[in-house]
Amino acid sequence: MISLSAHGLRGSPELSRRGFLIAMAGAGVMLGYTRSGLALVSGATGSASDLFEPTIWYGIDPSGTVTVNIIRAEMGQHVGTALARIVADELEADWNKVKTVTVDSDPKWGLMITGASWSVWQSFPLLSRAGAAGRIALVEEGAKLLGVTPHACTARNSSVHANGKSISYGDIVARGDLRRTFTPEQLQTMPVKSPAQRRLIGKEVMALDVPSKVNGKARYGLDAMVEGMIYARPLIPPTRYGSKVMSIDDSAARHVDGYIQSIALDDPSNTTPGWVMVYATGFSAANRAADLVKVKWLPGETASVSEQDLQQRAAEQIADPNGGSLFVDDPGVDALLASAKRKIERTYTTSTVMHFALEPVNALAFEKDGVVEIHTGNQWQSSILPVLAIALRRGQEKIVMRSYLLGGAFGRRLDGDYAVPAALASLAIGGKPVKMVCTRADDMRFDCPRSASRQVLRLAWGEGNKVAAMDHHAAAGWPTATIAPYFLGKDAKGAPYDPFAISGADHWYNVGAHRVRALRNDLVERTFRSGYLRSVSAGWTSWAVESFMDEAAQAAGVDSVAFRLSLLDAAGRNAGSAPNSVGGARRQAAVLARCAQIAGWGSAMPKDVGLGIASTFGQERTMPTWVACAARVHVNRSNGHVAVEKLTLVVDAGTLIHPDSAAAQVEGAALWGLSTALYEGTEFVKGQPKDTNLDSYRVLRMGQIPELEIEFIPSAEMPVGLGEPATTAVAPAIGNAIFAASGVRLRDLPIRPGAVRQALAHGA
Amino acid sequence: MTTFSLNGRTVSVDSPSDAPLLWVIRDELGFTGTKFGCGIGMCGACTVHVEGRATRSCITEVGEIAGAKVTTIEGLDPEGRHPLQTAWLELQVPQCGYCQSGQIMQAATLLKDYPDPSDQDINAVMAGNVCRCMTYIRIRKAIKLAASRMRGVTHD
Repeated sequence: MISLSAHGLRGSPELSRRGFLIAMAGAGVMLGYTRSGLALVSGATGSASDLFEPTIWYGIDPSGTVTVNIIRAEMGQHVGTALARIVADELEADWNKVKTVTVDSDPKWGLMITGASWSVWQSFPLLSRAGAAGRIALVEEGAKLLGVTPHACTARNSSVHANGKSISYGDIVARGDLRRTFTPEQLQTMPVKSPAQRRLIGKEVMALDVPSKVNGKARYGLDAMVEGMIYARPLIPPTRYGSKVMSIDDSAARHVDGYIQSIALDDPSNTTPGWVMVYATGFSAANRAADLVKVKWLPGETASVSEQDLQQRAAEQIADPNGGSLFVDDPGVDALLASAKRKIERTYTTSTVMHFALEPVNALAFEKDGVVEIHTGNQWQSSILPVLAIALRRGQEKIVMRSYLLGGAFGRRLDGDYAVPAALASLAIGGKPVKMVCTRADDMRFDCPRSASRQVLRLAWGEGNKVAAMDHHAAAGWPTATIAPYFLGKDAKGAPYDPFAISGADHWYNVGAHRVRALRNDLVERTFRSGYLRSVSAGWTSWAVESFMDEAAQAAGVDSVAFRLSLLDAAGRNAGSAPNSVGGARRQAAVLARCAQIAGWGSAMPKDVGLGIASTFGQERTMPTWVACAARVHVNRSNGHVAVEKLTLVVDAGTLIHPDSAAAQVEGAALWGLSTALYEGTEFVKGQPKDTNLDSYRVLRMGQIPELEIEFIPSAEMPVGLGEPATTAVAPAIGNAIFAASGVRLRDLPIRPGAVRQALAHGA
Repeated sequence: MTTFSLNGRTVSVDSPSDAPLLWVIRDELGFTGTKFGCGIGMCGACTVHVEGRATRSCITEVGEIAGAKVTTIEGLDPEGRHPLQTAWLELQVPQCGYCQSGQIMQAATLLKDYPDPSDQDINAVMAGNVCRCMTYIRIRKAIKLAASRMRGVTHD
């Protein structure tokens, strides 16, 4: 538990709405956290000459306050705390003097993205070295002020100490001559502490963003306000693309108190074609008026597309040997399949899954001094700014995105498309402040869901009953092709692929010759913007690979844990490499073996109860987080209901910066995996998602939470991702457990009782 | 004009009597701790207390609460130290935090009715509050921690 007194929890003066409006209008004021909670703080990025800024990542003022600039979105992972701890540890800063500022978009920050569980992994080397650089400079200058040599000095707790004397960092900044700067080359080779010397990394602390989240003071995009702001609710056309507004009849809406007008947006970026904005003085009025405005659209060509059509298109693509790109392409797969002593082939599918972040997408936009400001929570400013530049017909330097907390993201806010109609809505009325708020149904229809997927897998055994070849074909939407085409990969022949629509298929098992073909479901792409959803492609590629491993073990008559372990031999390309995947498949084998052990693998189970296991490397081979999950489920044979009794997870994520947050991420990710395994999923009907709210879209709730046991493998290796990896192993573990409990194999997600009943009836 | 009590203060608003209480609290009165999630009373993010009972403000018309006592997360405890809030902090329950005002307000009603709630009580009463970050395990623990402290020490 965290000590409240150490946190300095105390009543803070009420921030009045008026006070907030004034604060927001002031220049250089940003979202940030001090040890006493949420604060509106001055950025440390100003040109104040009395500030010591050895790098752009933090500054120290004469009072000794260390302000760490956070370029990542705060969406539940407490990322600001983790990143600030990395800096503070190397800097030898007193944690009580550290605060964070979540910065606005600016080219100087480089790539601004919060996704793929990359934040800590990407930032760790950079911020460690930046912290070390600051410490070195402070020690050198502190030594001068103390009249000693730097070698005689130690830095600790925001002070430099030598021979019984000491001087604080604040005093060094105030009195010293801190002009030392570091070149990028010097920073590249900056030595950092050994793990044994760390003082903050790996230790528990209250995350800086938590206190404001229990008293109503946390400020999300929905809470952004400026003086004179009006509201708008969109009317969303019948198809994502190609709909044209034919007429707008707002005669009924004119009777709504507060209604202002309705405008069809002109969007040169084609991000939100056919959108109509309904403006009013408040959201209630905008919402009510929008229900009364009648818009006639000429729908686009996808107005009749169904989920079945999407699956049919995927099946056609997989059946066609031409097309797609080869993500993994070892020679000899076809010959080995043809000559196999034994082989199996299975097809796995998943339906469309919605994000349902609890805060519906929204954004406040206005023009001020020629600059369009967009106030909203966002995960990938760098991807949407160029689109905004096209949409708003101005240079990116004339657009700024101001950061807010995100009321859930899960990948939804990687696609910043919602910023476009909000900004257009403001410019359409002369740049006045407009807050666009989507209702839940608007948010769902405008979602960028995880598309339906279809995969066909084949495995061949050769001489000596040894696995000789594996063939894997996967068709789905490619979010990156729309959102960030420059992030697409290329296969050996130059054919593009979306790594975020195939990663996970390039597993660490030694299966002999391995081939993975990635296919872009073009009907998906025409019908909606497919999106990134927590764990992206590994949410469905791992479902297929790990269900298939179980089926293969069964076909070979081998225990499925033993089967996997035999393939995780860490040979050849699966040996791993420094710094990110040291140990390679050996570490996956370790989490799998440990998980099997603590979950009681092989022990007798009650009737209709089964244990299933799965193991993955998280999402990307370049940043593997080794995960194993064992699910214990009960299958009700009469009604098909699956009750998950317990999930046991073992995770090797390398060094844990903030262990409690790491545990929280694994808890959340595992339960997200459960939610998408059994409950979450929709279908496209007439070009639109069928479920648009909780009246029909099922999500995991309190009563369905199983017992959860989580263990981390102690490690000093590179810190890797935590927000998503645990999701990847849960659905296949559950599917495998259902098989163990009942003898039926489910190959479509989500697994609903009707499908289980049907499978039981057919003895599938 | 509708007059009611909000966090102990008498307030009057000009909103139409059928405007949802949620938006009156947020837009007219500036208390943004109460959140908008589904708009149909099924996620719980908008939960406030009306006369001490957990109520979904997104489907409650402001005219219906004329003269009533309404409490939001900002008014649950003058210092923000209701036993649920301190338990939430100690266990670091919130992730994104968006649902947590509603979770805490719902849990406050739960503890009035069930001072020593079983898992089944918690499942039943908290079933209407969705957490998309899936902090359910910590919510359950924090409710039990707060309950045990409240049974030991009366909190006003």
